[in-house]
Amino acid sequence: VTIDESPGSRPPRSTARDIERYAALFAERTKVMKSSAMRDLMALTERDDVISLAGGLPDTSTFPADSYAALMGKVAAEYCARALQYGPTEGFAPLKRCIQRVMEAEGTSIDTDDLLVTTGGQQVIDLVCKVLLDPGDVVVAEAPTYPGAVPTFCAYQADVVQITMDRDGMRMDELADTLAQLERDGRRPKFIYTVPNFHNPAGVTMSLERRHELVRIAHDRELLILEDNPYGLLRYDGAPLPTLRSIDRGEYVIYASTFSKILSPGVRLGWTAAPRPVLQKMMIGKQSSDLCSSSIAQFFVTAYFEEGPWEDYVRSLIEIYRRRRDVMLDSLAEQFPREAEWTHPEGGLFIWATLPDYIDTTDLLARALRENVAFVPGRAAFVDGRGGSSMRLNFSGVGEDDIREGIRRIGEVVREQVGLYGTLTGVRAVSTAAAPPARQPAASDPAPAPREDAAALAQILRLPANRRAS
Amino acid sequence: VSLRVAVLKGGRSFERQVSLKSGARAEDALRRLGHEVISIDVGADLVTHLTDAAPDVAFIALHGPEGEDGTVQELLEAMGIAYTGSGVSACIRASDKVLAKHAMRDRGVPTPDFFAFNETAFKVLGAAQALPAIEERLDFPIVVKPAGQGSALGIKFARTAADVPAALVAAFSYDRKVLLERHIVGRDLAVSVVDDDGGPRALPIVEAVPKEEDFYDFEARYEIGRTSFVCPADIEPTVADRAASLAVEVYELLGCSAFARVDLMLEHDTGELYVLEANAIPGLTETSLLPQAAEAAGIGFDELVARILAASQPAISSEVG
Repeated sequence: VTIDESPGSRPPRSTARDIERYAALFAERTKVMKSSAMRDLMALTERDDVISLAGGLPDTSTFPADSYAALMGKVAAEYCARALQYGPTEGFAPLKRCIQRVMEAEGTSIDTDDLLVTTGGQQVIDLVCKVLLDPGDVVVAEAPTYPGAVPTFCAYQADVVQITMDRDGMRMDELADTLAQLERDGRRPKFIYTVPNFHNPAGVTMSLERRHELVRIAHDRELLILEDNPYGLLRYDGAPLPTLRSIDRGEYVIYASTFSKILSPGVRLGWTAAPRPVLQKMMIGKQSSDLCSSSIAQFFVTAYFEEGPWEDYVRSLIEIYRRRRDVMLDSLAEQFPREAEWTHPEGGLFIWATLPDYIDTTDLLARALRENVAFVPGRAAFVDGRGGSSMRLNFSGVGEDDIREGIRRIGEVVREQVGLYGTLTGVRAVSTAAAPPARQPAASDPAPAPREDAAALAQILRLPANRRAS
Repeated sequence: VSLRVAVLKGGRSFERQVSLKSGARAEDALRRLGHEVISIDVGADLVTHLTDAAPDVAFIALHGPEGEDGTVQELLEAMGIAYTGSGVSACIRASDKVLAKHAMRDRGVPTPDFFAFNETAFKVLGAAQALPAIEERLDFPIVVKPAGQGSALGIKFARTAADVPAALVAAFSYDRKVLLERHIVGRDLAVSVVDDDGGPRALPIVEAVPKEEDFYDFEARYEIGRTSFVCPADIEPTVADRAASLAVEVYELLGCSAFARVDLMLEHDTGELYVLEANAIPGLTETSLLPQAAEAAGIGFDELVARILAASQPAISSEVG
């Protein structure tokens, strides 16, 4: 409850909230909006009493406060005037050398002239759309795709085509077919958007073979790839895979990453490495957006990298997140019914769970909120209405006890709905089997959905069963 | 007379966002009318805040369960605080679609045929076995609704028997009681009713016209830009009169006061009117139907708010007598 007592008198013409006065002024692109129903529900996930597995937040609670204070003190003492001043659009050179080290840690060597410092990784997506897309242009993305990219694609009025994923990431056969079809339709996509490592929201990682194939397809068709790699360094199992950027050597890959998951999302610093002509356009685009990213933040991050081995903090995060992932996977195995499936991510922040297709996870979220627990309904990760029976679960943002309790509560409402559906259909299956045409089928009453349709749908919506994967 | 008005908004319902907008807009109007506004986002400490604020009247801008179903009204009565809109019993009747439809059917007000069940009926009484008979009586497509949800959330179309179980599961996500209702193909009309000197008066009818052909996605239908609203609706005067008198009849039948909105369908094939439901606290946002209808009747938003305030439920307490 918040109470604000305002003085009784106000200007008589204060009708600033009446949007109809402005409605005619809004641009066409602002009318492309996500489901208001889902927005209303998501607003409730932020209540204090809700265990939210819906966020995508890293855990910043373990960053040492004294270290933070010392760094800020250093920035103030050593860089005072420069930190308070505008900086170059492309970013400060010392920070770009830090970025070089981070990319080196993933086996990707880069020339600092190929880098542009951005305001979070999100700005890279925005800038790529800004410089490449005209309204109606095609963007190829994964199905599901990063929910935060969807409003950006929509804002630039892109026509998003989504390619199914399986446990090895984006399916290259489907990609090839789709590109061929687009070519036949006389349409050339501008770029392919992919999160190859520990996908948000799907939790899967693109295999080495597919990485090579994707780069080959991009070269053959002269298409750009936007490789979004915010989580690459957060690997809990298995061997690292080369980035698309390192396979491509900077010809068709626009690489995006961020300090958000290895240091802090609060510094709002990300970066892109792109082919120079593209980078030039993005730089001009960034000038019109924000001139430059925060100088204070750039000096802070630079000071942090000078202070000591940045990898230690990442290692500590890996320990925390690995345990939380394991707790979530164990809880899912314990609490979710056998009809459910989920991915087994080797890193990152998210697990993607898919329920039987008669459960709508947007409605399920409404039910779950009554038990004070939240997740992201799968539909948020699609532009075409798919994903209705899936959900994204985050394991980085809340502690182990909350993960256990949250999954227990979600499992309970899922089992409740599975049970109810069984009650509703089990009886009817028996009764229709016993007396086949119980009533006259009306002309407008087509036969129940054929099994193969249901199976095909499941193929599209579901990643392969992975619950017992090693 | 300047009053101390506590505007109750927000809350925990799924219509929280709409309620925040309704409340903010009412607050602006109340201030322009010269009242002192205390803005309260309703939560567990509501009683404490009301006690501290000691308002002359509570303006209820809550939508959905708790705000619209009589709960908050009951609490305000217990605390001896006057409040706007309908009283407890009318709120209970209007917010429960099943109760409202039974009342209408008993009175002879046309409402689409329906059957309502709670979860127990399916779990304990084997109501699922009755579904084929229900489906036959209602004919497809059938609309499946949670009994007590005010927005479009959870309302599903079942086009065939195969769709019914999933639609029921979805509706049960919102309420323990759901109804299966015959789908009326036709025009979507909303009649707002306000109390006037001479009793309840129907305002010009608002018609919701979906821009796209996808009639089967209720949630999408009410998204911005997907539906346009026409007020006054372009319908025959005799039909408009009939809709208005049905709306007033339902308003009185349920015991509403101050204001309410009654939703009807005008069936294509038959030209018959059917009442779907009544909303005890319809939205007051820029795009809501009641303010549009009031505007069409020459009642500006500030005047509407002034009238709602003037028609408040009096405080029930020993001092007032």
